[in-house]
Amino acid sequence: MTATIDSPRSGRNSSGKNSSGRNSSGKIAPQYRRTGGSRGNFEMLAWLFMRLSGVVLVVLIFGHLFVNLMVGEGIHAIDFGFVAGKWADPFWQVWDLAMLWLAMLHGTNGVRTIINDYAEKDSTRLWLKIVLYAATTVIIVLGTLVIFTFNPCPVVDGVPLPGGFCPAA
Amino acid sequence: MSAELAEPASKIELPAHVGGGGEIPTFDITLRVRRYNPEVSEDATWDDFKLTMYGTDRVLDALHKVKWEIDGSVSFRRSCAHGVCGSDAMRINGRNRLACKTLLKDLDTSKPITVEPIKGLPVEKDLIVDMEPFFQSFREVMPFLINKGHEPTKERLQSAEDRERFDDTTKCILCAACTSSCPVFWTDGQYFGPAAIVNAHRFIFDSRDDAGDMRLEILNDKEGVWRCRTTFNCSEACPRGIQVTQAIAEVKQAILSRKI
Repeated sequence: MTATIDSPRSGRNSSGKNSSGRNSSGKIAPQYRRTGGSRGNFEMLAWLFMRLSGVVLVVLIFGHLFVNLMVGEGIHAIDFGFVAGKWADPFWQVWDLAMLWLAMLHGTNGVRTIINDYAEKDSTRLWLKIVLYAATTVIIVLGTLVIFTFNPCPVVDGVPLPGGFCPAA
Repeated sequence: MSAELAEPASKIELPAHVGGGGEIPTFDITLRVRRYNPEVSEDATWDDFKLTMYGTDRVLDALHKVKWEIDGSVSFRRSCAHGVCGSDAMRINGRNRLACKTLLKDLDTSKPITVEPIKGLPVEKDLIVDMEPFFQSFREVMPFLINKGHEPTKERLQSAEDRERFDDTTKCILCAACTSSCPVFWTDGQYFGPAAIVNAHRFIFDSRDDAGDMRLEILNDKEGVWRCRTTFNCSEACPRGIQVTQAIAEVKQAILSRKI
């Protein structure tokens, strides 16, 4: 009798169905069988994105914290007017937009990874990801909208909304 | 009357005047073994064994003593018993170790020493797991030399520097201590696992091999190297001291530099 070595990936076929259910005969239990082909380079790009966005975020976030909390009057200067002043400048619009998108995608990809790692059932994984992507989309769209349309003194039907921080017009 | 044979059979019995043999300190330990027998019960249980062992004994010697003198039904794999064959990887005090390379005196003998099967692979009985998923991943990375050139009449020559490039990953003994220490593999059995990547690394970085690109393509999978979270459990578990996490990182780099 000669020993045979299975060719690569031969264990994936459904051949040998009539063998016993136990795994002692070289059959792989279903939870170990790699299903579904690779999605191109997606995982590689996701991995790369995490590294690059992480580095950029360190600069963006610490820059953001320094400018908001340390420069000038520091934290005491922060109010709706301060934010509106910042977003009147395209530089800070781009800065905050980059920070919002990178942080959201970085965080979402991290949670996606955790779901992939720890959700064992396919249906659980699917639903968690649906919730995750929905939340991400809402926050990114809403955040982007706010950055470009921020108005510290909204006027509804000719009446300024209460707040007390807006100079009476 | 036969005196109780306290020494393992593998030891050479020295006459008293030679000294040395009797001077090895002894101590009492409790060996807590994870038992599982699907023919009796679907539940795994702990069994405690109180043993008097010697300072030179390893966990494997304690298991031998249990199996040979107390309970013959305790089941575990071991072949060479000297850290070469890699068949007796198990979870000792919560860490993946080879039972034949772990000295009892290096463990905390005041508490029970727990011995469990390695995690993440289906347990067949007691400390024996089904290694087939592990070896299937190993086979899929094509762990053999593929050379497209003409076959030389003598050996394939290689410079010392080229040999050094993959020296670390040649040390693997396929004990599965790394793969079964990986938290990703515990929950996702489809992950190729550190051992398969280490053995792919051994050929990817071999200057005599021509199929590096094929192996990189296989590992550029959602269950391939990108599943690695660099928790370093594998490097910590490897009984041969292979820098497993570093090898995985090098394969990641190789895939990246090939694609970009």
